[in-house]
Amino acid sequence: MTTSRRKFIKISALGLGGVAATTSALNMFGANSYLDELVKENVAKTFKRTPTYCEVCFWKCAAWTYTDEEGTIKKIIGNDNDPHCYGRLCPRGTGGVGMYADEDRLKTPLIRTTVNGEQTFREASWDEALDLIASKFNSIKEKHGPEAIALLKHGSPGKHFEHLYKSFGSDTIAEPAYAQCRGPRETGFNLTYGSWVGSPEPTDIRDTKCLVLIGSHIGENMHNSQVQEMSDAIDNGATIITVDPRFSTAASKSNHWLAIKPATDIALMLSWMNVIIEEELYDKEYVKKYTTGFESLKNHVQTFTPEWAYGITTIKPAEIRKTAREMAHAAPAVIVHPGRHVTWYGDDTQRARAVAILNGLLGSWGRRGGFYFKESIKVPKYPHPAYPHPKWGWKEIGEKYPLAQMGITTEVVKASIESEGGKYPVKAWMVAGTNITKSIPNKELLEKAIEELEFMVVVDTMPMAVTGYADVVLPECTYLERYDGIRSATNREPSIAVRVPAVEPKWESKPAWWIAKQIGERMGVGDYFNYNDFKEVIEWQLKEMGTSLEELEKIGVKNYPRTSGSLYLKEDENHTFYTPSGKIELFSQELKNLGFDPMPVYNKHPEPPQGYYRLNYGRAPMHTFSRTANNPNLNDLKKENDLWVNPKVARILGLKTGQYVWLKNQDDVTSTFSIKVRVTERVRWDSVYMVHGFGHDNKKLTRAYAKGINDTQLISKVAIDPIMGGTGMRGNFVTILTKNPHKNIEI
Amino acid sequence: MRYAMVIDTLKCVGCSDCVVACQTENDVPIGYCRDWITETVNGAYPNIELELKSERCNHCDNAPCVRCCPTGASHQLDNGIVLVTGNECIGCGACIESCPYDARFQHPDGYVDKCTFCHHRLEKGQLPACVSVCPTKCMYFGDLDNPNSEVSQLLKNRKHKTLAPEAGTKPQVYYLI
Repeated sequence: MTTSRRKFIKISALGLGGVAATTSALNMFGANSYLDELVKENVAKTFKRTPTYCEVCFWKCAAWTYTDEEGTIKKIIGNDNDPHCYGRLCPRGTGGVGMYADEDRLKTPLIRTTVNGEQTFREASWDEALDLIASKFNSIKEKHGPEAIALLKHGSPGKHFEHLYKSFGSDTIAEPAYAQCRGPRETGFNLTYGSWVGSPEPTDIRDTKCLVLIGSHIGENMHNSQVQEMSDAIDNGATIITVDPRFSTAASKSNHWLAIKPATDIALMLSWMNVIIEEELYDKEYVKKYTTGFESLKNHVQTFTPEWAYGITTIKPAEIRKTAREMAHAAPAVIVHPGRHVTWYGDDTQRARAVAILNGLLGSWGRRGGFYFKESIKVPKYPHPAYPHPKWGWKEIGEKYPLAQMGITTEVVKASIESEGGKYPVKAWMVAGTNITKSIPNKELLEKAIEELEFMVVVDTMPMAVTGYADVVLPECTYLERYDGIRSATNREPSIAVRVPAVEPKWESKPAWWIAKQIGERMGVGDYFNYNDFKEVIEWQLKEMGTSLEELEKIGVKNYPRTSGSLYLKEDENHTFYTPSGKIELFSQELKNLGFDPMPVYNKHPEPPQGYYRLNYGRAPMHTFSRTANNPNLNDLKKENDLWVNPKVARILGLKTGQYVWLKNQDDVTSTFSIKVRVTERVRWDSVYMVHGFGHDNKKLTRAYAKGINDTQLISKVAIDPIMGGTGMRGNFVTILTKNPHKNIEI
Repeated sequence: MRYAMVIDTLKCVGCSDCVVACQTENDVPIGYCRDWITETVNGAYPNIELELKSERCNHCDNAPCVRCCPTGASHQLDNGIVLVTGNECIGCGACIESCPYDARFQHPDGYVDKCTFCHHRLEKGQLPACVSVCPTKCMYFGDLDNPNSEVSQLLKNRKHKTLAPEAGTKPQVYYLI
């Protein structure tokens, strides 16, 4: 038997000797099992609170970690002065305690080794692991240049490694958050308004009169302040219009649910433009003053009537007209929401452009109840020598996609495969804070790239599947156990938040800043890490900003007044947009010059063949991607995903709620695990739906292992956005298998 | 004083934050919960209705659990809160059977446990944990004896319902619909 050099190791580490068992909840209760005593004790309890900002998702809500006298983390509560959470965390933030407590966490550095011909991991000391990484990185740097070492990252840890990479001369950096998520909308809005949407989205939901959600399921995605403001909007009597083939939670809160046929959103939006222009419902003054290309757009959408769109979208013309009028009636206090995870069909930048153009016609950008002008405060850079200039980096790797504004992970993956013939050969990866086996589609390509790498390091808090491919695995401590960079929020008003450790790192885990510094020093770029503790960095930065860590430890969040001017456009002002024309570009010359459609057009996308259903995926409010599935508190709320099947389909296939099935996609990829059927009217008959992030194949995730199906496994077909390299992932079709296809195969 | 909870189903997104917050606030062991989310779907595609709501002990005015308790461990305070005194509870489970809301469970330590309206927080002038964390602010808590309280006003001005009114328990958790 030949074993692949990088055979997937299910973290069957040798000699996991020093693993301490956590105190179980039962033990905690043993001494005082009587409720009245507990109540009394609860009343008398004094907690210490430490400021932090959450890292369970990317929203980064500021919070307080409460620890008891014994130094045990008891609860995490939102910071009242934080514009990301207004004092209320979402279930994941509240359940952040489980991220810390999870006994399945990575505990020591691990190094790949071979014992009796079997690949496995062995525990290693930090010194050994760091020395190995530094020497491998240095030798690859010498042989192929620093650019050959790539970083795939997400979240707060990524920032520290980005600094490390830039210090040793590599800008080969990418994150799934761009090409697998929000990239198309950033490029689409940038082309139209000269500004990214950014995070959090500058949507003035609390003051809106009409919120239009296109495939965006606020409430199932717990983008905290957005969820809270949508609730305020409901209280204020705002009209909500949801376009979704699935009856999402948001759809259930909507005045209008447009049950659209999947992959036809652009047709709907073109017909909305048609109605708004034909009926002269657009904001004439705004369009005249701030936009360019209106006449071209008018001509362009002339034939895209609601009757035309009906045949494509299955939405009745009267419904299209009615909703268009309602939007216009509410304008400019209307938001056609840009969405967040928008890599669907490969023409996603054009769809984002259609959203942007609609907002332009309605005059909502820079208007109360539409989009506000966001502002943040600059955190001074801690002094370090100038970064060297890499010969190439993420930009060159993604040069096929001229309008990509960030690294494209899938292009970095291809650059790592020799036969893909790249000019920019990548030889090593560090993967930090992202489980790429579940965030990057096309597993075959990914595994091929990993197989060819000379070296791979993974930094994570949990033994996620990606750790099984690494040569070295480093255990990062959780956000509750470390200092970290200052969070400067981009919002209505600027604010900053700090992260202060509430407890010491568990086991041998270490903060990302420490890991980056240690590798940096060993690679001879110690000058860039001129501090012993990251605390010194924040202390210096806060002092420069006229405050102190002492003050921030007391308040957690500091709010600043705006300095960039008004939140909204002023009547007498002539605002210049950062586009080539200085105007909102309804017609994009930039796109035309590059050979793309200057205005969005509808293109038909493939439809599922008979017996197959479009695989749609989304979010559950208590989970973030695949990273929380094993969190004891959050796992308790939702242990596995289920397959939503329309009753008509269930009848044909004889499926019952609760029954386990397997899925096979159009490329004959079969799901490793099974999934529980949920027969529901909430999903269309041409598609099935599941929550993303389940079906973990690493046994070390004791709660999450083999629970549900990993949707990414079934996404083998990817429609690439030619404008920015995004990976459209909603064009995969699955058939439902009621018998176990792996019956005779050991998994 | 009559404590009551009012939950706006038009705003609840069923995120379960109330469930986790209760667990961490009250040291509820993992695998158990004092509050939970229910989802009700009616209709056929594309004419569907969905109701999401957070449920818990209804702190009933006419509480069967209190009446059937053989030891007096289940009792009701003057402010309406139904509590269980752990060291008086023999774990017979009669109250669990009598509750039409399935709100009670046997704690692994042997006694019966359930929602206390975060009695210990109220003593400190704080809202119940679930109410204080809810990201949609769909939960309200207060005194129904005070006609000007938020809960009294909401019940006066908004259409609402209670769960299983036919059981005659006079539940004190109200749902705005």
